[in-house]
Amino acid sequence: MDAIILQILNGLDKGSAYALIALGLTLIFGTLGVVNFAHGALFMIGAFCAVTLSRILTLSHTIIDETQKDFLGNPLKVDVPYIYDIFGQQTGDAIIDWAVPLSILFAIPVMIGIGFIMERGLIKHFYKRPHADQILVTFGLAIVLQEIIKYFYGANPIPTPAPDAFRGSFDFGAMLGFDPNTIIYPYWRLVYFAFAAVIIGAVFAFLQFTTFGMVVRAGMADRETVGLLGINIDKRFTIMFGIAAAVAGLAGVMYTPINSPNYHMGMDFLVLSFVVVVVGGMGSLPGAVLAGFLLGILESFASMAVVLEILPGINQIIIYLVAIIILLTRPRGLMGRRGVMEE
Amino acid sequence: MFGLTKRDSTLLIIVILLTVLAPFILNPFPEGSAMAQFNAGYPDLMQRLVIFGIFAIGFNILFGLTGYLSFGHAAFLGVGSYAAIWMMKLLTMNVVPAIIISVVVAGLFSLLVGWISLRRSGIYFSILTLAFAQMSYSLAYSVLTPITGGETGLQPKVDDPRILDGALAAGQTPRANFFGLEMGTSYELELGNWIFTFNAGYYIAAIVMILAFYLSIRIFRSPFGMMLRAVKSNQQRVNYTGLNAKPYTLAAFVISGMYAGLAGGLLVAMDTQVGAERMFWTASGEVVLMTILGGAGTLIGPVLGAGFIKYMENIVSKINKSVLEQWFAFMPDGIEDFLIAIVYPFIGKGWHLTLGILFMLVVIFLPGGLVEGGQRIGRLFKRKKPSDDAADGKTTPAE
Repeated sequence: MDAIILQILNGLDKGSAYALIALGLTLIFGTLGVVNFAHGALFMIGAFCAVTLSRILTLSHTIIDETQKDFLGNPLKVDVPYIYDIFGQQTGDAIIDWAVPLSILFAIPVMIGIGFIMERGLIKHFYKRPHADQILVTFGLAIVLQEIIKYFYGANPIPTPAPDAFRGSFDFGAMLGFDPNTIIYPYWRLVYFAFAAVIIGAVFAFLQFTTFGMVVRAGMADRETVGLLGINIDKRFTIMFGIAAAVAGLAGVMYTPINSPNYHMGMDFLVLSFVVVVVGGMGSLPGAVLAGFLLGILESFASMAVVLEILPGINQIIIYLVAIIILLTRPRGLMGRRGVMEE
Repeated sequence: MFGLTKRDSTLLIIVILLTVLAPFILNPFPEGSAMAQFNAGYPDLMQRLVIFGIFAIGFNILFGLTGYLSFGHAAFLGVGSYAAIWMMKLLTMNVVPAIIISVVVAGLFSLLVGWISLRRSGIYFSILTLAFAQMSYSLAYSVLTPITGGETGLQPKVDDPRILDGALAAGQTPRANFFGLEMGTSYELELGNWIFTFNAGYYIAAIVMILAFYLSIRIFRSPFGMMLRAVKSNQQRVNYTGLNAKPYTLAAFVISGMYAGLAGGLLVAMDTQVGAERMFWTASGEVVLMTILGGAGTLIGPVLGAGFIKYMENIVSKINKSVLEQWFAFMPDGIEDFLIAIVYPFIGKGWHLTLGILFMLVVIFLPGGLVEGGQRIGRLFKRKKPSDDAADGKTTPAE
């Protein structure tokens, strides 16, 4: 029992990331009808927003500290982050420590801006082109974005730690009445899951309970009619693209303490997220979220030692295997709607 | 010629001339000159040019004719490579059985993958092929290590059985050969300052590529090819006509899988080693790039695309800062530094950035690839003759 709970917990953080990316992909597909292969790159850029902010915060200038002497008795040169000058040392340290959560505030405008530029500058021209062209051009864009990041940040992963308060793990098993030390779970992963749940809830609430969301949903169902009613649906869809980009970016920001960001992390996640979207059902938002968590948990179950003994290597291929089976037995995916992307 | 129309024969002859004369064409700079490092006429690169040409020709039979975009073709190349290397380990170092078995095994594997994947079309098909390729890649890395060698890959070893070859003499290493002619054999021709290398392996690969190209022309011009085009332009109408499209698309899929296997076998024949990274999905992406860049659905496009990408990869990644400084040395210092700073991200290790931008530009502005570009330029010069039928040279853009 405790092993099962542990695996479910382990699957949650990866599942959250899949769900968030898949949600964005589905939003873009559902509104604009575009298959966005560059969505993984947006996830990656989000992660590098966190890196950038923590670099900005630690920008330093050198001062000569008269109180500290080296062994020759000369005053030491000390690097002091500018942020100390503004907020004082204690607050400054706290801000640097909380760089990753703070990056959320930094990443939202950046990601929405990037989303706008991408949509207006490139994707707009591909509404009417075949899906293959959309895949190809966004694939090219993904390569370009990834290489730009590689040029500025190098090819190596950049460790970006979580705030001190969330470092370490807690004993989840003891809380539930199991033996202590059976279910140990890092705090940050729980934070990530809670964060993902909030974001997903927010997106759904936005679509469900605001007038803007209502119009967007109407546009997803029948774009032409909404247009005929005198609503500028293109503008709203562009905003939705920005939001989808922000969702992917935030997923990336918060993922940095779990996995040090490198320039190809987006591509790694993208392939899996596409599988998730297809399993969930193209164009279905709840399907994308459900499939994301489901596949994440399934993947962590498949990597249990007991399972690996019976089926070696299953953890590597389980997601693809499930995708193949689902596509062949339920062609529309788990929650796909009729008439969406059926050739 | 060989049952081809005049235009196709010309195309075939152009390809034959290009491949046969490649050692001259790719070595335009005299030895020892500053530009000599940009010569591409060395065996390893020339072999890659034609082998990836075969890969792209095969991919084009699927994508160019039927419009099914496979994102997992590298799996067939990888499977073919593994089959070939096992032939070399077990049977003989002669490349002929290795290449034959690689085609057969890749064909069988693509039959399985195609049979399942072709139940769906559009993006679902792309995802299914991608899923299969990623599965093969992961398995080759982990569970199938006894067969694939895992991370280290496979090479022929001295103590492999090799039933047909007999024992090697002491100190000899196994080398791939074609009935005794070793793949690495080269003849160097010196003409003044130029050195041209004629490599046995290259010419074997080149002959195979010419045959593959000829076969693809025949497929394009056959009733079967027409059928595939019909599937691309409107599959629903094909179904309503009472024709079942599946056997045709499956045949196209298997043929292109066999081409990929052939390319994989040849890669092993030229350089006797295999690693699983050959099956990674970026490798599948690369062949898509080649085909689109050259011009999907055209005959010569994929060959040009493969050649262009592999050649540019070689050239661009060799340019470094000091070369740039030489080039811009004639300019005033400030402008020189500025230009170098601008160009620098795109060269050397930045090759992929250049490739990505180029690819995007092609997809956006030139969906027919380099071939369409050439045709547009050609039409620009022809415009003076009003009687010229513009529609004649037009190809349908890739979908």
